[in-house]
Amino acid sequence: MTPDSTSLKPEPLKQVVIRFAGDSGDGMQLTGDRFTDVSAAFGNDLQTLPNYPAEIRAPAGTVNGVSSFQVQISDHDILTPGDLPTVLVAMNPAALKANIGELAPGGTLLVNADAFEERNLEKAGYQASPLEDGSLSAFRVIQVPMTSMTLEATRELGVKPRDAERSKNFFALGLLSWLYTRPVEPTIAWIEKQFAKRELVLGANLAAFKAGYNFGDTAELWEHPYEIAPASLAPGTYRQITGNLATAYGFVAAGYLSKLPVTYASYPITPASDVLHELSKHKNFGVRTLQCEDEISAAGVAIGAAFAGHLAVTGTSGPGVDLKSEAMGLAVMVELPMVVLDVQRGGPSTGLPTKTEQADLMLAMYGRHGEAPMPIVAAATPSDCFDAAIEASRIALKYRTPVLLLTDGYLANGAEPWLLPDVESLPEISVEFQTEPNHGDDYWPYLRDPETLARPWALPGTPGLMHRVGGIEKQDGTGNVNYDPVNHETMMHLRQAKVAGIAADIAPVEVDDPDGAELLVLGWGSTWGVAQQAVRQARAAGHKVAHAHLRHLNPFPANLGEVLARYPKVLVPEMNLGQLSRLVRAEYLVDAKSLTKVQGLPFRASEIENAILEMI
Amino acid sequence: MSEQAVTFTRKDYQTDQEVRWCPGCGDYSILAAVQLLFAEQGIQPENTVFVSGIGCAARFPYYMETYGIHSIHGRAPAVATGVKLARPELDVWVIGGDGDMLSIGGNHLIHALRRNVGLKIVMFNNQIYGLTKGQYSPTSEQGKITKSSPFGSIDQPFNPVSLALGAEATFIARAHDMDRKLMMDVLRRAHEHEGAAFVEIYQNCNVFNDGAFEGLTAKDVRADMLIDLKHGEPIRFGAEGEKGVALNEFGECVIVDVAEVGVDRLLVHDEHRYDPTLAFAISRLAEHPGMPTPVGVFRDVARPVYEVQSQQQLALASERDGAGDLAKLIASGSTWTVN
Repeated sequence: MTPDSTSLKPEPLKQVVIRFAGDSGDGMQLTGDRFTDVSAAFGNDLQTLPNYPAEIRAPAGTVNGVSSFQVQISDHDILTPGDLPTVLVAMNPAALKANIGELAPGGTLLVNADAFEERNLEKAGYQASPLEDGSLSAFRVIQVPMTSMTLEATRELGVKPRDAERSKNFFALGLLSWLYTRPVEPTIAWIEKQFAKRELVLGANLAAFKAGYNFGDTAELWEHPYEIAPASLAPGTYRQITGNLATAYGFVAAGYLSKLPVTYASYPITPASDVLHELSKHKNFGVRTLQCEDEISAAGVAIGAAFAGHLAVTGTSGPGVDLKSEAMGLAVMVELPMVVLDVQRGGPSTGLPTKTEQADLMLAMYGRHGEAPMPIVAAATPSDCFDAAIEASRIALKYRTPVLLLTDGYLANGAEPWLLPDVESLPEISVEFQTEPNHGDDYWPYLRDPETLARPWALPGTPGLMHRVGGIEKQDGTGNVNYDPVNHETMMHLRQAKVAGIAADIAPVEVDDPDGAELLVLGWGSTWGVAQQAVRQARAAGHKVAHAHLRHLNPFPANLGEVLARYPKVLVPEMNLGQLSRLVRAEYLVDAKSLTKVQGLPFRASEIENAILEMI
Repeated sequence: MSEQAVTFTRKDYQTDQEVRWCPGCGDYSILAAVQLLFAEQGIQPENTVFVSGIGCAARFPYYMETYGIHSIHGRAPAVATGVKLARPELDVWVIGGDGDMLSIGGNHLIHALRRNVGLKIVMFNNQIYGLTKGQYSPTSEQGKITKSSPFGSIDQPFNPVSLALGAEATFIARAHDMDRKLMMDVLRRAHEHEGAAFVEIYQNCNVFNDGAFEGLTAKDVRADMLIDLKHGEPIRFGAEGEKGVALNEFGECVIVDVAEVGVDRLLVHDEHRYDPTLAFAISRLAEHPGMPTPVGVFRDVARPVYEVQSQQQLALASERDGAGDLAKLIASGSTWTVN
């Protein structure tokens, strides 16, 4: 059972977009994840889009309970998980109903035929079986009795039928592994390791996987399997990485680069919890994690840890940012370094907890009482979360300020290959603590560095530098409580100037404009890949389009105004109701057009491409 | 004592900032007790951090020549937890009032106590909101007429010691601002305790709730109204020790006449008893105003300390996995090489 064992010669494909869809209990995330992992190790470029319901287990068989995982694998550099899947694996009628509308015309629909019985059809709201009423005639429908074949394959192992049935996702994985000529050894090794302590489950999963693979090889449902050759990526060592994992690694790296212990204080919240899970594993890096009693406490713990000299991070999603806003105001006032991670999700309120959105930009900019400016850094791709976390930490530590790091649900759970950076090449973050008095024999905690306007950082335990910080307005220099009107105005301007001054310390925005375009697409955050894809498609159709992407949202890069002034037309696609477009309109008096999408799902490249074509 | 031993005086802990509590406020005597205790103990100012929330009491850090954070209303236990977790060697004190710690910050208080973070938490209880000028607090008695309760408060008040026992704090004590020795005694014990220590101090707000504790703390009534808890001794009070505390058939504390029931019937105070049930029963003695109120140490037991356990996990992980290697970490899992 190896790719060579088949007698059929695989046909090469440049790319394929596959969506695995089933009930939340069907293990579709796992199936997609395994397929992705094997493809990554095989050397394909890829991007993934997991999509699952907020309920742990919505009523089985219903449309609300459908979970899906989309992956695009290719033999060339790609930027998105694909607009529409060309292959849809539907494990039950509900999965078919929820996803069929997005299957590309002429696409392949692979269904678990066993699941299309009366009860499941009814639960999914079908009057008649779509497999029989001709409604799927636009697609190539392949019906495979996955459940019964899984039961058959596992019958001799002594597994109870109900348990054996649960292995059907491995049958599907085996079948797809044959169809796309994926190496099987890594999956077999993974199953053996993962289920080592549950012999029966191990046996059933392995049998189902092999049965699926062999079924593909012998059933002659396809003329031949397909092959997607490894992509010609830049040389180096790669791994597959999700945004949340990259974010966690980024904070570990920032601790390493700054030689500071990391404290990560958090409260469980979707979709940010994985960062807490990951960081809690790395205690040998001196990373302390604390699962707090609430979001407010987590922010408070971070401020305390920062005062004590740690690289302090608190991670959450939108609802948690609401709760942390008062603490962020305190951090602005006491001018201590802290990173607040916001893995944005659909809002407002509880909103769409498992879905993605970029609607916290205004919250990040202005979501605190009083004038409380905070730098904002946003990650562009799953692997870029690593660099963005380092950059957010660098700014926080250098300027003694809380910084917001924005990622989102799509980045958090989406995966892509990551060219591992050389640790030695990562940016240096040097931190100097105050050890001596800085004003005669006194220590003035608010005597600023003239260049950065950052205040000194004197740690408890340092003799002679005892001082108090707090949320009441500070006297410029001494840091003593001060209610003087003019001093308050001075301090407001100083805090603002400190954040604004960071513009001189960040990379200018780069414009991708090979043809001298009149239209600029300006994005931020996770829309980078899809916007770049849309721009490439428009160029391929003969149009001139420029593309720029913002990592820093506050302050904006120093050259942004000049860049915007060069383009008569500016299009800002974002997953909110036009927040960045309003910011750039207000800041630069530019007539930016907004393209918005708030469906809890990322843009499709075609959606942005259409908007580009309409504007040209 | 080594030859270089430095002796401290109260002045070493005073800042150059003018103390701005109302003249006659009980906070002054608490500040003095803390500064005197620090001098007596020779506590290094640079190794000490005072953390507070918001309220009159929360201005305390500005008046202590140590490190300090005047944070957000109610959040001081959380901020202090961050300091202590990051730097367990520091001496971390939390100062706040009854509104700060039991109302807006009640959640953080109980969680700091249950985790047994090594914080010395001192709550000034004046049974009123002072800084906002006179609203009822979570410890105000029912029926209290204030600006926000013109018909009398209908809120059931918290008994802070009962609450701390419910959160299973490992050290719990009560004192009052009219007795410097008592304050210093319990604060000294709190400072020596490993783990979270909770000290309630009855504090007179002479502007908005003057005389709230006069019925307990006035010199002429103290003997009859305050019950000094002494470890290992039968609980008795009154000028001649003529009154005592015994358990009834339900395990509840009752006041008894010693001459009538005999010393042997009296409850012997055991502050090291791990089960908090008896301590809770004692704490209920002050359930109603005008009832004799126990002061001193209610509970002092040992339980693993949060930041110590956290350090142990770090040490164990380093021992097991070696020092962190970033290049190795990011390359963990499946990797592949493109040439």
